[in-house]
Amino acid sequence: MNFIDNPGKLRGFEKNIRVEKVSRRSILKGLGITGGFVLAAPVMSRQAFAYETGAGKMPHGVVIDPRVFVAVAPDGTVTILAHRAEMGTGVRTSLPLIVAEEMEADWARVKVEQAHGDEVKFGNQDTDGSRSTRHYLIPMRQIGASARTMLEQAAAKRWGVPATEVKAVNHEVVHGASGRKLGFGELAADAAKESVPSIEGLKLKDPKDFRYLGKGQVGIVDLHDITTGKARYGADVRLPGMKYAVIARPPVTGGKLVKFDPDAALKVPGVEKVMQVRGWPWPSKFQPLGGVAVIARNTGAAIKGRDALKLTWDDGANGKYDSVAYRKELEEASRKPGLVVRQEGDAEAALKGADKVLVGEYYLPHLAHVSMEPPVAVADVKGDKAEIWAPVQSPGGTREDVAKTLGIPEGNVTVNVTLLGGGFGRKSKCDFALEAALLSKELGAPVKVQWTREDDVRHDFLHTVSVERIEAGLDKSGKVIAWRHRSVAPSIASTFAAGEKHEAPFELGMGLVDMPFEIANISCENPEAAAFTRIGWFRSVSNIPRAFAVQSMVGEIAHATGRDQKETLLALIGSPRIVKPAVKDMWNYGEPFDSYPIDTARLRKVVELVAEKGEWGRQVPKGHGLGIAVHRSFVSYIATIVEVAVDDKGKLTVPRVDTAIDCGTYVNPERIASQIEGAAIMGLSVAKYGEITFKDGKVEQKNFDDFQVVRIDESPTVTNVHIVPPGPDTPPSGVGEPGVPPFAPALMNAIFAATGKRIRSLPLGKQLEA
Amino acid sequence: MIKVKINGQEQSWDGDPDLPLLWFLRDEAGLTGTKFGCGQALCGACTVIVDKEAVRSCITSINDVAGREVTTIEGLHPNGDHPVQKAWRQVNVPQCGFCQAGQIMQAAALLMDNPKPSHDQIREAMSGNICRCGCYQRIENAVHLASTGV
Repeated sequence: MNFIDNPGKLRGFEKNIRVEKVSRRSILKGLGITGGFVLAAPVMSRQAFAYETGAGKMPHGVVIDPRVFVAVAPDGTVTILAHRAEMGTGVRTSLPLIVAEEMEADWARVKVEQAHGDEVKFGNQDTDGSRSTRHYLIPMRQIGASARTMLEQAAAKRWGVPATEVKAVNHEVVHGASGRKLGFGELAADAAKESVPSIEGLKLKDPKDFRYLGKGQVGIVDLHDITTGKARYGADVRLPGMKYAVIARPPVTGGKLVKFDPDAALKVPGVEKVMQVRGWPWPSKFQPLGGVAVIARNTGAAIKGRDALKLTWDDGANGKYDSVAYRKELEEASRKPGLVVRQEGDAEAALKGADKVLVGEYYLPHLAHVSMEPPVAVADVKGDKAEIWAPVQSPGGTREDVAKTLGIPEGNVTVNVTLLGGGFGRKSKCDFALEAALLSKELGAPVKVQWTREDDVRHDFLHTVSVERIEAGLDKSGKVIAWRHRSVAPSIASTFAAGEKHEAPFELGMGLVDMPFEIANISCENPEAAAFTRIGWFRSVSNIPRAFAVQSMVGEIAHATGRDQKETLLALIGSPRIVKPAVKDMWNYGEPFDSYPIDTARLRKVVELVAEKGEWGRQVPKGHGLGIAVHRSFVSYIATIVEVAVDDKGKLTVPRVDTAIDCGTYVNPERIASQIEGAAIMGLSVAKYGEITFKDGKVEQKNFDDFQVVRIDESPTVTNVHIVPPGPDTPPSGVGEPGVPPFAPALMNAIFAATGKRIRSLPLGKQLEA
Repeated sequence: MIKVKINGQEQSWDGDPDLPLLWFLRDEAGLTGTKFGCGQALCGACTVIVDKEAVRSCITSINDVAGREVTTIEGLHPNGDHPVQKAWRQVNVPQCGFCQAGQIMQAAALLMDNPKPSHDQIREAMSGNICRCGCYQRIENAVHLASTGV
């Protein structure tokens, strides 16, 4: 583990620091603790990031304040707030662990509490974009160091010795000269009277003294509860008098209810009420689609009641959406010039003068998130106050949207964040919580809105559908001299505003305009594409189709030139350098390029590491093939090698996967491994099965039978994860998402090596069986 | 009146006999450890043990289990120290954790039936349980560990 502790590298970030004058009462209330470590003087001055991140530019920025995040009880229990949502990455453990490390708290005596949604108090809470560790490693260390310093000062005063003579060690403060010791609990009341030290004066621990960070030996805090059924997810919230609801929603995005007949539903035992739910016209960001709710004494009765409803819908303008026809439109658009979003040299002329031009059109259909926990929320609205319990990735945003939807002040809305049974971007959209709020208001009772799996598949904010067309021009020697990449896909922006037909900068920056190859003539274009359904973030977002296209084309170039895939890849990446694409308003995952450049030395290194550890070039049995791919996303660098076996019937198995990740400085390598192992499974699901299609504006799939995901009997036999040790100046970068994008192209390159078949259209489906 | 023994306790139900056991457990009996994932026996999140067999509680009606003994994750072991639970923690299996109760119940049922399953047998027996986070490698290792002594 290496952290930058060099104050000479401090950059001004003062404007982003937030100091909230939080009353003692509200802190105590917020932490649910009586007595203890609560401080009076708000003395925060500046945010001393050792490297700059985009954290301060997120809504509500960063709060570095031990009074908000830490409490020490007289019995020594240290309570640390987790302000980010847990959806499986381990963040609810990792961020508090950072505080505990710096504070010298004994993890066995730490209790983690989940913060409710309040970004003014806690800073930004959007748990997405693979950002939590990269934005909060240093702030959490500073919070821990502040708390430690205050405990040390309190002990020094008690003993009448200089603070420099005392030191916090494993949950107590020690005076070395006299051997005296005081536990954190004994110091809590005095420490609370100390002023919060200024950030620039804080002394952070020497990484060589770390007990927890970088070690990977601390299990997630919810481990025992998860294995015993006690862990509480959104659907597990039960309130006295709570009603259970399911909703029939318009089958076509933007459709409307014409009429409904509730009689049969009301006859179902346990059904209590049938009522309309307000819907918003499309697009409306995350507002509910509307429809008819069935209210019952349990979820089973509500579902049975819904099945008995007679419903008539007006499908509206999107009723013609058809995936087969739309794909043709995208393909045609990709064959014509589009909005130029990156231009270097003259790709048009170079393609004309090339000895050989390779053309690949790569198709990726819509994908559904299908987190194991379908969307669900509980709301209790009383008068002008609302309380929500929900598995949301963005509790701050949920609070804002609930307030707006109900027309009440944000301060009157409490959003309690449960564990998320998976998120993958779906639960960044709080429509299900808004539905619960609307129903509870109308019913005058607490209500749980449960989405069924069919609801989830049919009314998702889907991953976009895309055609990525790449033309690579080669000279006589086989060197790539021209690269034209046209990306055609409806934008996530279309969910926020009508008529958006071009991809947003953050989508273009995910593997299109940031393409790192050393090629003289580059043109990246974005022809128009209109949306006909709700498009949203899906884990890794546009990086999935981009890595699939770019890294498949590398495999095609290797084949066309008779060269090794890995050597071709390294030749295209070119010399170790910082890539600075000629792009206006280049998006870099919200991070400054100074701290997070596009560094081809690091890109090369993960390729070389995975090749070494994954034994690239090894002999594989007949019918097996090796494929490799690399991709930078969420400012991390990831390379994957897949070994595939294809039998004579075209059935595919994956004997081995190796992935190398460079995510800079890291907190918990054990959770990094679990994320990357899981990314291989999700990558395989995308490659093998992932496809949502539309006919007459309606999603044609409904559940895990027709929207399949990979099961254990088809999962890779072994997945090895190789983590690049961070350099001394390497800021932390993303882990949750970047593992997915390189998988599909590595698999398709492996399939080509095994069978000679080039798959350019996902999912694989039965293409090998033909 | 339907009577059923759940985790050793007698429970009764005089509502809709077709009510899926899942919703009886979760909404009526307050045993929320058993999860809803698909409602069609496709994902295994709702797996419980009825007598000695793993069943999907989402398509099993309360009437189907009348007079039988149902074990949910809450009742698998009084302290949560069933070998499968211990192995799960030792291997750090879960990511989000939502499917894990179903996975654990399925694994426990497998080991009752076959105390020393091979890796292929583990994969086959666990293939009805989906984990979207993709914890399969660890699930396989944990079941193996549980079968060989934690």
